[in-house]
Amino acid sequence: MHRLGLFIAGLALTAQAAFADLNVPVVYLRQEVDRPPTLSNLDPIPDDLGEMGARLGLADNMTTGSFLGQTYELDTISVPVGGDLLEAARSALAQSPFLILDAPASDQTRIADLPEAQSALLFNASSADNALRDKDCRANLLHTLPSYQMRSDALMQFARTKRWDALTLIAGSRPDDMAFADALRNSAAKFGMKIAAEKTWAFDADMRRNAAQEVPLFTQDLGKYDLMLIADEAQDFGRYIAYNTWYPRPVAGSEGLVPTAWAPVVEQWGAAQLQSRFQDLANRAMRPRDYAAWAAMRSIGEAVTRTTSADPATLRAFMLSDGFELAGFKGRPLSYRNWNGQLRQPIPLVTPRALVAQAPLEGYLHQRTELDTLGLDAPESACAAFR
Amino acid sequence: MHRLIPLLSALSLSGPALAAEIWVTNEKDDTISVIDIGTLEVVRTIPTGERPRGITFSKDHSRVYICASDSDTVQVMDPETGEILHDLPSGEDPEQFVLHPNDRHLYIANEDDAVTTVVDTETRKVIAQINVGIEPEGMAVSPDGKIAITTSETTNMAHWIDTETRELFANTLVDARPRHAEFTAGGSELWVSSEIGGTITVFDTATQTEKGKIEFEVKGVHPDRVQPVGFEFTTDEKTAFVALGPSNHVAVVNAETLEVEDYILVGRRVWHMAFSPDKSLLFTTNGVSGDVTVIDVAKREAIKSIKVGRFPWGAALRP
Repeated sequence: MHRLGLFIAGLALTAQAAFADLNVPVVYLRQEVDRPPTLSNLDPIPDDLGEMGARLGLADNMTTGSFLGQTYELDTISVPVGGDLLEAARSALAQSPFLILDAPASDQTRIADLPEAQSALLFNASSADNALRDKDCRANLLHTLPSYQMRSDALMQFARTKRWDALTLIAGSRPDDMAFADALRNSAAKFGMKIAAEKTWAFDADMRRNAAQEVPLFTQDLGKYDLMLIADEAQDFGRYIAYNTWYPRPVAGSEGLVPTAWAPVVEQWGAAQLQSRFQDLANRAMRPRDYAAWAAMRSIGEAVTRTTSADPATLRAFMLSDGFELAGFKGRPLSYRNWNGQLRQPIPLVTPRALVAQAPLEGYLHQRTELDTLGLDAPESACAAFR
Repeated sequence: MHRLIPLLSALSLSGPALAAEIWVTNEKDDTISVIDIGTLEVVRTIPTGERPRGITFSKDHSRVYICASDSDTVQVMDPETGEILHDLPSGEDPEQFVLHPNDRHLYIANEDDAVTTVVDTETRKVIAQINVGIEPEGMAVSPDGKIAITTSETTNMAHWIDTETRELFANTLVDARPRHAEFTAGGSELWVSSEIGGTITVFDTATQTEKGKIEFEVKGVHPDRVQPVGFEFTTDEKTAFVALGPSNHVAVVNAETLEVEDYILVGRRVWHMAFSPDKSLLFTTNGVSGDVTVIDVAKREAIKSIKVGRFPWGAALRP
């Protein structure tokens, strides 16, 4: 408390008359989902996933705001499975024009299409769905979580650099697994590689007990390859594949070497400070969705700071302009793609113990920024809402 | 070898410079590498606390202060013996600091705590803590000692501290991730580097308003990777040398026109730097390559790289 006294006294002396007092309310809107059962319960998904990232972003914004006469608020609205999401969205939009969405892709477009949302600015901090950045995009919906395509492009850049050109794929049968598998196939083609053999995982047996017997047989007919890809986004079976394959090669994708928005092993570029601030706040490590929600909150903060406005249209225009730069602890400024609202960002390639590489890798060039070698590029995007 | 000869003869003219040393903190080795400016070799390696970063000497160079970030302390070392004399209460995670011209008060940026701590090095007591933005890092103090500056990396500001009242009197926005600050032109200008913004903002000290901005462009390097961090001025303050991080170059800036005149290739991810006593040589710490590049200031050429510890970070001159 003694510090606060000093602080307020300090502020009173500062000449901040140039900055209008602004209050920026933000709502974190979560549609709760039934999570599929997984073989292992070693890594439970935290209930406050995503939300704690937004809380940290709030704290960061509040500190900056305190020097500028700007304040921020964050409310969380959580809708149970089967609850009325659109009603909750309407009441959130009555509170604030800024929503951070933690919901499946189809729910996000329903919210974005509400009449009440037309002048709002929404952030997708939870769905990697490619279509949301493509034909299903919405002008009022920006994306801070990387798409499946950005992650799969990052992995394929790495595989190509290593000359691991012969690929094989094991995919789960849930929609998320299939979406990531599709992205992996697209990326392989994009970087001139081929997935020679594929199998779908459809085991009912308990792999905790017999992966060593089953997985060699399951993978025996995949032939020879340089790298085995795993599409298992719920982290169901993937962990039992490595070291049990018939043909001994590395594993990557949802397991093994993982392309991801964020991981506890990211420590360069000042990231150690973000990690420790998050750990102090949440008592756990920061995950990709936490990072995406943090980036959404910080994008709002950064745009408010630079424009001294809390008007969603003004902030959106600034975020999509060349002037916007978010320091995202990934070694280079992050910005939004003005053709589909996706936050450009490097993609770390990690194992549980180390950062192996960070895409874009050296040698992947682009006329605009190398970051645009990851994910849908302007000419490929069918997103019309931003034109 | 042919380059070394004029260099050595130049050095021998400057007499006592032969005994001078550059002290380099190795962030991931918990050591200091001491480079002899005469031989351009590491002559001593001294253990420190955990994650040493900022380093500075007392006015008479009888003591050296070291930010041991992960030990949450500032260590005071006898540079003769390399012995730690005592620790100073520094606040949490001290990263960088500046010694007030009174040779007594250390202004310390506490990176994890959004605080600037002022410590009296004689009484070894904290005399003030000042709330600043998130991730304070760059520290500077005006030549007259009246103003101290903290830059905050995530809040993207230079915070102006009145050293009498130890309160903030201005907060000025700069580009993203400000890392380092220095007063120049007799204290009438403040320069602040922004790592992610890729710029240096020049402020007029009297009014705390922006009077210029320096931008950099390294051929063949994407602008995103040109990230200014540490910088130093020549004796006449007409030229600044600016470390550009992962672009692996140091820029030579005309401090009057704010134009970049030259780029010098150095080691990988160049952080900070220190001059030899006559400012004829400049030593840059290169974090990723684990070495120090020696630059001939007159020729604007890199003349040698010296292997030091892992992740060299700070550099300070011991004349």
